[in-house]
Amino acid sequence: MREIIKTEQLRFSYQSPETVLALKDLSITIPEGQFVAVLGHNGSGKSTLAKHMNAILLPSGGACYIAGMDTRDKSLIYDIRRTAGMVFQNPDNQIVATVVEEDVAFAPENMGLPQKEIRRRVDEALLSVGMQDYKQSAPYHLSGGQKQRVAIAGVIAMRPRCIILDEPTAMLDPIGRDEILSTIKSLNKNHGITIILITHNMNEAAEADRILVLSKGSLLIDGTPKEVFENVETMKSAGLSVPQTVELLYELKKLGCPVSLDGLRVNECADILYRFLEA
Amino acid sequence: MLQDITLGQYFPGSTLIHRLDPRVKLVAAFLYIVALFSAQGPVAYGLCLLWLVLVTSVSKVHIRLMLKGLKPLLFIIIFTAVLNVFYTPGRIIYEFYFLHITYEGIALAFYMVVRIILLITGTSLLTYTTSPIMLTDGIELLLNPLKKIKVPVHELSMMMTIALRFIPTLIEETEKIMNAQKARGADFESGRLIRRIKALSPVLIPLFVSAFRRADELAVAMECRLYRGGEGRTRLKELSLTRADYYSLAFCLVFTALAILSGKIF
Repeated sequence: MREIIKTEQLRFSYQSPETVLALKDLSITIPEGQFVAVLGHNGSGKSTLAKHMNAILLPSGGACYIAGMDTRDKSLIYDIRRTAGMVFQNPDNQIVATVVEEDVAFAPENMGLPQKEIRRRVDEALLSVGMQDYKQSAPYHLSGGQKQRVAIAGVIAMRPRCIILDEPTAMLDPIGRDEILSTIKSLNKNHGITIILITHNMNEAAEADRILVLSKGSLLIDGTPKEVFENVETMKSAGLSVPQTVELLYELKKLGCPVSLDGLRVNECADILYRFLEA
Repeated sequence: MLQDITLGQYFPGSTLIHRLDPRVKLVAAFLYIVALFSAQGPVAYGLCLLWLVLVTSVSKVHIRLMLKGLKPLLFIIIFTAVLNVFYTPGRIIYEFYFLHITYEGIALAFYMVVRIILLITGTSLLTYTTSPIMLTDGIELLLNPLKKIKVPVHELSMMMTIALRFIPTLIEETEKIMNAQKARGADFESGRLIRRIKALSPVLIPLFVSAFRRADELAVAMECRLYRGGEGRTRLKELSLTRADYYSLAFCLVFTALAILSGKIF
């Protein structure tokens, strides 16, 4: 599979004499079509990494490539941003217009597309996030989850190959979180869009194909959710928790019960416990 | 309470007036003002009144709503009337020490009051029937020729759009901050004016800080969505003039011409 995002020895510091590094020589490769969650404690560098994938921040050292384009090349910046769309934490601060469809049309308008094409993309984008009935609504009448879906539609309208979401559920209630997570999954499965989900919610990360765990600017663990959450001690040392089901199995294992740790969902965990009790 | 403030006071509808191109409505409002200020004599004022009544009845805006707009200006209207009644030289009708009421004064005061009332009600009809976003679009397109002399027309209209978009957000934020300060014992309701204004500073400072942060985030989000100014930008809804727009414009031009000419003839 083709790679969509690649970082080589990526290094970044917010100060000009590089005293504190936010990213320390990070090398990762993300193939197209993957759903990747990036986990990390506050200050682990996960948002900094996200901002490199959209050329908002430029590397202090090393390089970051989006679909083969070097983010340091200023002439490619619009192509990079069109390829890798970005959704931010606060939906209120990324909606530009006073009507939902006008907001979704913002990016295609900036691309200078003809009117018919804009209309087609707006309708398509709203449909793919399930907001087609709110075309004419004012954003401030919508719930947090709905606003964030509008923001995602605004990015989809660029037809990006990859969407980076920087803690998109941090300001939402549980219902809003579920809405966003199922929207993201459907975009990944049905439209083949690569998803980079920055989060510190373990249950959200567990839904991904692959998890990258960052700690103090370095890559701590890289693997499937099951592989990652088996490293309970490593996760805890990085200031992160594991899903509650894994935590339960881990505690049982510590007490000497021969259970595996790969029960990420409640029913999987129940199966493991059932098999253990039967044996 | 703060939620009730709506800028421009738009009342949605689907009448002919609502559907007209915002550019036509802006030009019509301008023509109306020209007619009103060049009007001389009862016929011209009558024409302006007729014009207003016609448009109002087509737009189905309630007469009570139209009059409501006059309330805050009542003082100015009365003040103008009194000033004109007493300070216009001419044939004296009544004298009281240094005050003279003249025939011309009464006539002038009457016309001034009619002029102000027609002006306010007529122009408020524009905002009653046009959504703020349509208004900004209309202004941008009308001012477009000014781009040639380096007036940042697109930037101004983008600023207006964003300001409109953030009014409800910032109102909500203000309420939140006020409640947070009240919960910690702040008092916004009692004391003299100066005290009350001082009590607002713990609300305004966090509000400004957060508004700047929002602006910063919005700027990044807009850049991420490929915004690079008005150059090469297309629109989802391109405004286009219909036949009704041309007829309305012609109608307004005729009325303006009549109003100006009638003063000269009669």
